[in-house]
Amino acid sequence: MSTRTITIEVLRYRPEQDQEPFFQSYTVPCDEDWVVLDALNYIKDELDRTLSYRWSCHMFVCGSCGIVVDGEPKLGCKAFVKDYGDKIRVEPLGNFPIERDLVVVIDDFIEKLESVNPYLIPKEEKSIDDGEYLQTPAQLKAFKQYSMCINCLLCYSACPQYGLDPSFVGPAALALAHRYNMDSRDVGRKAREDVVASHEGIWECSFVGACSQVCPKDVDPAGAIQQTKITSAIDYVTSFLPGGNR
Amino acid sequence: MDVINTDIAIVGAGGAGLRAAIEIAEADPKLNVVLISKVYPMRSHTCAAEGGAAGVIKANDSLDYHFNDTVGGGDWLTDQDAVELFVNEIPRELTRMEHWGCPWSREDAGTVAVRPFGGMKVMRTWFAADKTGFHMLHTLFQTTLKYPSIKRLDEHYATDLIVDGGRVQGAVCLEMSTGKLKLVKAKAVIIASGGAGRIFPFTTNGAIKTGDGMAMAYRAGAALKDMEFVQYHPTGLPGSGILLTEGCRGEGGYLLNKDGYRYLQDYDLGPATPEPVLKSMELGPRDRLSQAFWHEQKKGRTAASKWGDVVYLDMRHLGEKLINERLPLVRDLACSYVGTDPVTDLVPVRPVVHYMMGGIHTDIDAATTIDGLYAAGECACVSINGANRLGSNSLGELLVFGARAGRHAVEHIRTTKPAADKLVEKQASDAEQRIKLLFERKGKERVSVLRNELTHSLEDGCGIYRSGDLIQATCDKVSEVRDRYKDVMLEDKSSVFNTDLFQVLELGAMIECAQTVAVSALERKESRGAHQRLDHVERDDVNYLKHTMAFYNPNGDPRIDYLDVVITKSQPAARVYGAAAGGQHI
Ligand SMILES: Cc1cc2nc3c(=O)[nH]c(=O)nc-3n(C[C@H](O)[C@H](O)[C@H](O)COP(=O)(O)OP(=O)(O)OC[C@H]3O[C@@H](n4cnc5c(N)ncnc54)[C@H](O)[C@@H]3O)c2cc1C
Ligand code: SF4
Repeated sequence: MSTRTITIEVLRYRPEQDQEPFFQSYTVPCDEDWVVLDALNYIKDELDRTLSYRWSCHMFVCGSCGIVVDGEPKLGCKAFVKDYGDKIRVEPLGNFPIERDLVVVIDDFIEKLESVNPYLIPKEEKSIDDGEYLQTPAQLKAFKQYSMCINCLLCYSACPQYGLDPSFVGPAALALAHRYNMDSRDVGRKAREDVVASHEGIWECSFVGACSQVCPKDVDPAGAIQQTKITSAIDYVTSFLPGGNR
Repeated sequence: MDVINTDIAIVGAGGAGLRAAIEIAEADPKLNVVLISKVYPMRSHTCAAEGGAAGVIKANDSLDYHFNDTVGGGDWLTDQDAVELFVNEIPRELTRMEHWGCPWSREDAGTVAVRPFGGMKVMRTWFAADKTGFHMLHTLFQTTLKYPSIKRLDEHYATDLIVDGGRVQGAVCLEMSTGKLKLVKAKAVIIASGGAGRIFPFTTNGAIKTGDGMAMAYRAGAALKDMEFVQYHPTGLPGSGILLTEGCRGEGGYLLNKDGYRYLQDYDLGPATPEPVLKSMELGPRDRLSQAFWHEQKKGRTAASKWGDVVYLDMRHLGEKLINERLPLVRDLACSYVGTDPVTDLVPVRPVVHYMMGGIHTDIDAATTIDGLYAAGECACVSINGANRLGSNSLGELLVFGARAGRHAVEHIRTTKPAADKLVEKQASDAEQRIKLLFERKGKERVSVLRNELTHSLEDGCGIYRSGDLIQATCDKVSEVRDRYKDVMLEDKSSVFNTDLFQVLELGAMIECAQTVAVSALERKESRGAHQRLDHVERDDVNYLKHTMAFYNPNGDPRIDYLDVVITKSQPAARVYGAAAGGQHI
């Protein structure tokens, strides 16, 4: 297997000893089919035990290893070194406080995810003995894409609005609310509306679309937000019509 | 040390831990649950499961079929009372997942679709494209958010169980963001910490699967059962070890050797028909398929690649539409990692360590031998998997036994009086001392070196085929590594998110698990399921129709004991695959 020597420049920050973040360079002999995460693991095992980063599945599905590679938010396990030059710059995700090295504090996102009531709210509880809710492949398709989110937060790192105003609920949490709203088995849209259609919700999105561009799972959070805006606007207008609830 | 008081603590927030938490919250909303996990719940390795979850639902199927497939698939080392209960309860559990929103793939009529899986006589595997575990995990996690009684300690690393007077009293964990130690006092503890595949160098298992919970329970006195049974999955991507789900073969993929020949027909799995037949050829059980690879390699019929010897998975005839619809992740992974598109190319694959059939010994209520301690999911051994798990049985297992663990932990609390807890604080401070020592000591053994030696030795001695002398060499190596670990070096002395520390602790757990695997393998002088010995080639029901029970010994090899297998209605017989198995034609 052929290898290429690559300089990996990693943004380091250990709050107990560093005044501020700085770049540290490591020389890594990379196999041609390595991903950047493999290079980080090499550094950890062979060069520097003090480097910290998150990872687990190494197959694009656990969402742990979001980092910024040469300026672009990426999954460490999906950024192939063959696509980069002899020097690769690795930084923690943007728009989140750095906890240490490549590890960022994501409490804010977790709270936002929890705030959108992301679980099925059925019209009426069905007994298990009555079997499954019927859902046709077309009904499944209506929300499937939005259920693919791995919470990797690349979209938050790319979102200019979240950078400006951290109270913005943000792409992945809004896409998740949309996922349940679009599910034929769910009637919980009203319960989610408070957060989703609030000032910090969909209306804050300026539709730059950076979230959908960086998403490694083709969730298209920008599309989800756009669709939600349309339904919420229709709701708003119809609420003034005779029989509306305003 | 911070002290948190709760009713029930759960170590692990994967499928099993989350299911247990919901069960408790529904059984009694007044009970407090603390859910401890070293990663955010949705990072748990359940997310990696691709293929699906087996459960009888269609008219052409029956609970007896599922029972027989599972018992025979496990080479009669399964406990039949556990299997019976499992096959009975799983359809309801999967339906409950549907009610919670799991996006199961559907038939045109809107009913849940099923797909074929290895070793199953009838199509019964529910699936959500090829991201079943991912969808189950996110559905479960999101569902837990409905219940205020479930408190999470995300990114907390559990180090020790507290057991006083034969009764579990809680667990100690490290807050990863600060390095602060916390004592979680609880009346019952459920371990749901997942498997230990990382004790091998080449595995489908994520970095977190280091057997921590198994080792914790083992050190506290619980037995690790049937640890010698390690499943190799026949189709991993060479190099990375990333899994290509059995669903590839369920949908009709072929396994070819270097001559383009469907070699499985030479191993009592044929005949080779173009359309898949259940329990035949590519849909045989995993142990037999992985063993066939080993023989092909010996015969020189595997292909050489830059990652070593491989065979090929041929999915070209399935067509782009089906692959995109049912195996999109597989396509993505194969294109990205080995540069071959299953729509147009043969994909190189080889067997890879995938699953631990063994684990913490429990009864059918998920109770361990320690009062108040329960275990469920991959870390436990009930046992429904016996000597070889059938694909798509473990996602069901973590639901059925996760729920049972929750239910019985609640029951336990209701029926037992609080115990004396004189030693709790003392044990917690002992745990603290052990970690302090790591920081103070200089140490000279490097984690990565020890880990490397350990994992490669396991592969050498406890691989697809084993023999006494090689297993012995592995046992010796593992003891050596275990000794050297006493002088392991912690290079990073900081408190905030110190991953060096977690890797040191994980290695400690890996060593304990590895030792039980090697010693249990050495003592089992027969061949059964995934444990194949070249020096004892026959199954020996007279001496070894028994579970191996390994007990912790701080100063040497584990003490090995045996426990009878529970047999209710299926007497041990020959395992039959291929034409004679009468599997459904698809
Ligand atoms: C690639 C792959 C594909 C698979 N596909 C299938 C399939 O299609 N069908 C099927 O039935 N099975 C499949 N399996 C097997 C199945 O996915 C697993 O057995 C199952 O998901 C394990 O679930 P669990 O809840 O027991 O553990 P996990 O999901 O692994 O969760 C373990 C939890 O324990 C926590 N934990 C561990 N140690 C500590 C500690 N020290 N302190 C605190 N927390 C800790 C972790 O943070 C995590 O939350 C697959 C497995 C793999 C690897
Ligand atoms: S929407 Fe995409 S980018 Fe954002 S968290 Fe989900 S998977 Fe990641």
